[in-house]
Amino acid sequence: MKVLVAKPGLDGHDRGAKVVAYALRDAGVEVVYSGLKRTPEEIVAEAIQEDVDVIGLSVLSGAHVPLTRRVLDGLRAHGAGEIRLVVGGTIPPRDVDALLVLGVSRVFPMGTPLPEIVKFFQEVTP
Amino acid sequence: MRDVRLHAGIPVKPVYGPEDLAGRDPARDIGQPGEYPFTRGIHRHMYRDRLWTMRQYIGFGTPAETNARFKYLMAHGQDALNVAFDLPTQLGLDSDDPRAEGEVGRVGMAIDTLADMEDAFAGIPLDRVSVSLTINGMAAPITAMYYAVAEKQGAAADRVVTTPQNDILKEFVARGTWIYPVDPSLRLVGDLIEFSARRYPRSNPVSVCGYHIREAGCTTAQEMAYGLAIAAAYVEMMLARGMAVDDFAPRISFNFTGWGKIFEEAAKFRAGRRLYARLLRERFGARSPKSWMFRTLIGGGGSAFTVQEPENNIVRGAYIALAAALSGAQTMALPTYDEAYTIPSAKAQLIALRTMQICAEESGAADTADPLAGSYYVEALTNQMEDKILEELAAVERMGGIVEAVKTGAIQAEVARQAYLFEQKLVSGEMPKVAVNCHVGDRPAEADREVELYAFDPRVAERQVARLAAVRRERDDRAARAALSRLTDEARSTANLMPAIMEAVKAYATLGEICQAMKTVFGEHKEPIKW
Repeated sequence: MKVLVAKPGLDGHDRGAKVVAYALRDAGVEVVYSGLKRTPEEIVAEAIQEDVDVIGLSVLSGAHVPLTRRVLDGLRAHGAGEIRLVVGGTIPPRDVDALLVLGVSRVFPMGTPLPEIVKFFQEVTP
Repeated sequence: MRDVRLHAGIPVKPVYGPEDLAGRDPARDIGQPGEYPFTRGIHRHMYRDRLWTMRQYIGFGTPAETNARFKYLMAHGQDALNVAFDLPTQLGLDSDDPRAEGEVGRVGMAIDTLADMEDAFAGIPLDRVSVSLTINGMAAPITAMYYAVAEKQGAAADRVVTTPQNDILKEFVARGTWIYPVDPSLRLVGDLIEFSARRYPRSNPVSVCGYHIREAGCTTAQEMAYGLAIAAAYVEMMLARGMAVDDFAPRISFNFTGWGKIFEEAAKFRAGRRLYARLLRERFGARSPKSWMFRTLIGGGGSAFTVQEPENNIVRGAYIALAAALSGAQTMALPTYDEAYTIPSAKAQLIALRTMQICAEESGAADTADPLAGSYYVEALTNQMEDKILEELAAVERMGGIVEAVKTGAIQAEVARQAYLFEQKLVSGEMPKVAVNCHVGDRPAEADREVELYAFDPRVAERQVARLAAVRRERDDRAARAALSRLTDEARSTANLMPAIMEAVKAYATLGEICQAMKTVFGEHKEPIKW
């Protein structure tokens, strides 16, 4: 299992992303962290280059819907639709379904316990 | 007996007594309020003479919408403003830039040109209201716009009181709104400090923030240590530029959190004031008592609030307000109970303001200066916090100093490590959070989410982009181009860039154009990815 934890868009808050990255690493998952302010196109390219199974997007600015859509479009355009996408951050309840309809595998809104996130990655089959 | 340890790692005894203060000199270490080293506060009578300023952080949508919210809070007794800008503005991107998609007017108000700043402060007299601007990488041009609006309103320069955050070092450590590499970013910080000290003597051209670093995960002692290290780096930079310390240090201000355990927070600020006073007087040779004073905003810290049972956050806010009052805050701001979900609603903003007013008027916390002084526990803890802060300052020195630590990413990695340790304490229950890891109710999670939500209006971006296009069409394009080209030229020299930026702003050059005019010379920061 290899995961790209990525920060798309302009939001500079990386506490959540790094905490999840640490927790996954401690759980034996191979983790790559993108750094801040990556464009969806850069994230798609890095995911393909690193050959990851899952991308975890962290968005705290409210721009999660357009950013997620662009990452998914990019993956499909590059024939990498098999890479799964999960999204975490300040995702209001009303947007959770919208993200799932777009093709996101799982949404972790604020308040999600860390063990629940780790469990998802342990159970998902690459 | 239950083991208790503070966020700074200090163990707490079940009882304290005179033996815990043995060997200390109260006259030297504690002193009097309003006197060096200001352990007990920077004013003799503290809130009996002047209450803390109440300054809620606000900004969303277009400048006109934000202007309406400013006026709403001022009508309810808020006496100063604290402006939130959207991310494109904070990063120097125009609202029509493709990278701004989905972000325009989201986490703050959008500013593209001077025309927007004029709308934001329409009907608000800038010679009477103090305004803090939460802007860092773009502090120089945004503050230039603010000065230009004040000038247009006819406000005298020596009546303008503004506090641009202008603390880029903490942006590299936490919060992330950096644009240029570290060195040219620091130059811009210095240009704004120098320009403001000379032309706008009542402005506070830098607000050094431990706040965001704490929010990113560091401990209380690290928050104070990193803030002090950053302040010292700016003082050194201004001295190297040839300014005398007493010509700028009196206008340095601070921005810290107060959300932790009440007595730990009070001890953190009491120790911090003492250390800062000694730093300025002994290391930098400041002679003016105003240079020695740690003037600070103490704010909430949204990370203290929970998404579970959000109404409980109103209670948490009241304890934060009490901690801030007992810590000697000059200015107070609270997060709102709905902040874990959304941009604060007007109702939630009003509750936060009322919380501070109740603390001020009803609780008695403002009746006498430093009411915790002389408590065996708080005085002993103040001494222990001082030692911890000094240890953390020594750790920063081992990383090569704060500027080097930011460049290598060593300090970012330490903050992330602490965030992970904190999260593990939440998971294990060692750090109790009611309705999260203890006293968890049986209310279904969905019921928690019925807080009234601020609904983001996607047409905000359309309105903002239309406004930007109109300004571009109507301005004297040649004047704007000439000013931008002067700015690029001067960025290549060592000149103070503020006069060139002021000229560009007044010619209605856009923020994106101004940012780019400097980026051509400075380049972009490349983040050291260490975690």
